[in-house]
Amino acid sequence: MTKQEALFRYLLRLGDNALIQSYRLSEWCSRGPILEEDLAMTNISLDYLGRTRALYQYAAIVEGKERTEDDLAYKRPEIQYYNNLITELPIGNFAFTIARQLLISVFEFLHYTQLSQSKDETIAAITAKTLKEIRYHKVHSRDWCYRLGRGTEVSHTKLQQAFDEAWMYTGELFEMCEEDQILMADGVANNLEALLPAWKEEVSRILADSDIKVPNVDYMQTGSRKGIHSENLGHILSEMQYLPRAYPDAIW
Amino acid sequence: MVGSKPITSQGIFALLSVIKDPEIPVLNIQEIGMLRDVIVTETSCEILLTPTYTGCPAMGIIEQDIKACLHAAGIANVTVRLIYSPAWTTDWMSDSTKEKLRLYGIAAPLHSSCVDSSISGAADVRCPKCHSSQVRLISQFGSTACKSLYGCQDCLEPFDYFKCH
Repeated sequence: MTKQEALFRYLLRLGDNALIQSYRLSEWCSRGPILEEDLAMTNISLDYLGRTRALYQYAAIVEGKERTEDDLAYKRPEIQYYNNLITELPIGNFAFTIARQLLISVFEFLHYTQLSQSKDETIAAITAKTLKEIRYHKVHSRDWCYRLGRGTEVSHTKLQQAFDEAWMYTGELFEMCEEDQILMADGVANNLEALLPAWKEEVSRILADSDIKVPNVDYMQTGSRKGIHSENLGHILSEMQYLPRAYPDAIW
Repeated sequence: MVGSKPITSQGIFALLSVIKDPEIPVLNIQEIGMLRDVIVTETSCEILLTPTYTGCPAMGIIEQDIKACLHAAGIANVTVRLIYSPAWTTDWMSDSTKEKLRLYGIAAPLHSSCVDSSISGAADVRCPKCHSSQVRLISQFGSTACKSLYGCQDCLEPFDYFKCH
C-alpha cells in the first residue's frame, strides 16, 4: 500500500463513518419523540453529512481519478465501505440511538482532537472544524443518558439494554490496520488503540452518573476494516444508492 | 470584464455586502464571518468562503448568490472556494453585528470561551426582547444548525440563541 492509497483509504473510512451515522440519524426525521428531539437528530445528521462531504471531496482529490464525492457515496458496494459496524446498526428505540451516539461521540472527540494536530493540513482543518460540532453531540447524548438512566424504570431498562447491545461493537472503533500504521509514521494519523483508556474512563463516568452498569462483554465484533459488514449496510446502500444507480446521469 | 475601472478586492467586498445569509437576512456574509477573502487577478476573481457549520445548507445558495451578483456587475470569471482553516468562529462578529442580531430577535453569541457553560444552559444568555436573564434552555438544537432554542421566563417569549462557536 502506497502512502497515497493509505491516505485515500483512511479518508474513506472517516467519511463512511460520518455518512452512515448521518443516514441513521436522518431516519428519525418526523419520528422524534418530541419536536425538539426531531430537530436535534436532524441537526446532528446534517453535521455528519457536511463532514462527509468535506472528507469525500478531499478523498477524491487524493485519489486523483476524477471521481467525485457523489461517486464515492453512490457507486461503491458495501465491501468497499469501511464504516465501523456500530454506525450501521438499525436505529432501534430512542435509547439505543442515544447510547450509540454517546459511545461514538466520546470516541470522536478524542480521535478528532488528535487529528486536528495532523501533519496533513486538510485533515487538521476539517477535524478542527468538526470538533466544535462533536462537542455539542457529546453533551446532547450525555444529558439524555442522565435523563433516561435516572428517569423511569422503563427508560432505565431500555438504556441499559441499549448499552448492553451496542457494547460488542465498540472494540472496532480502536482497531488499527495497515493505513493507520503508514499514516501514523508520518504524523498524519493517530494511534487509535491509545485512545481506549481515556474513552473507557469517560464513558464509565457518564454511565455511573446515569445509574447504568458498564456492560460486562468481552467478545468484540469486527470486520469493517476489511469491508465485511452486517446485512444492515446492504439495506442502507440499496435505498441510498437506488436513484443514482437507476438514473446514472440524473442531476438535481 | 466590462467597465473602465479595474476591479479591486475592495470593490468586490463592497459588491458582496448585499449578499445575506438566507437564514438570517439581517446579516451579510462578511458580518457573519463567512466571507474570508477575495483574490482578484486581471481576468478572474476568487472568493474564499468558510462554512459556519460543515453541513450548513445555505452554502450552496450563498455561492449562487455571489456568482449572480458578480456576473450582474460584469465580472464573468468567478470561482468560489471553500476553506476550513481557520475554523469559523462567532468571535469574528463585531458588536454592531451582534446588536443587529438582537434587534432581529436572536440572542447574540457569547464569547467562544463560554462554550461549555453555553452547552449546559448555564451561560449568561439574555432575552433579546426584554433583556431578562431569567431564561431557560429548551433545546441545544434549534431552527438552524447555528442556533439553540430558549424560552424567557419573564416575558414568556421563546427565542433563538446564536450558539457561540
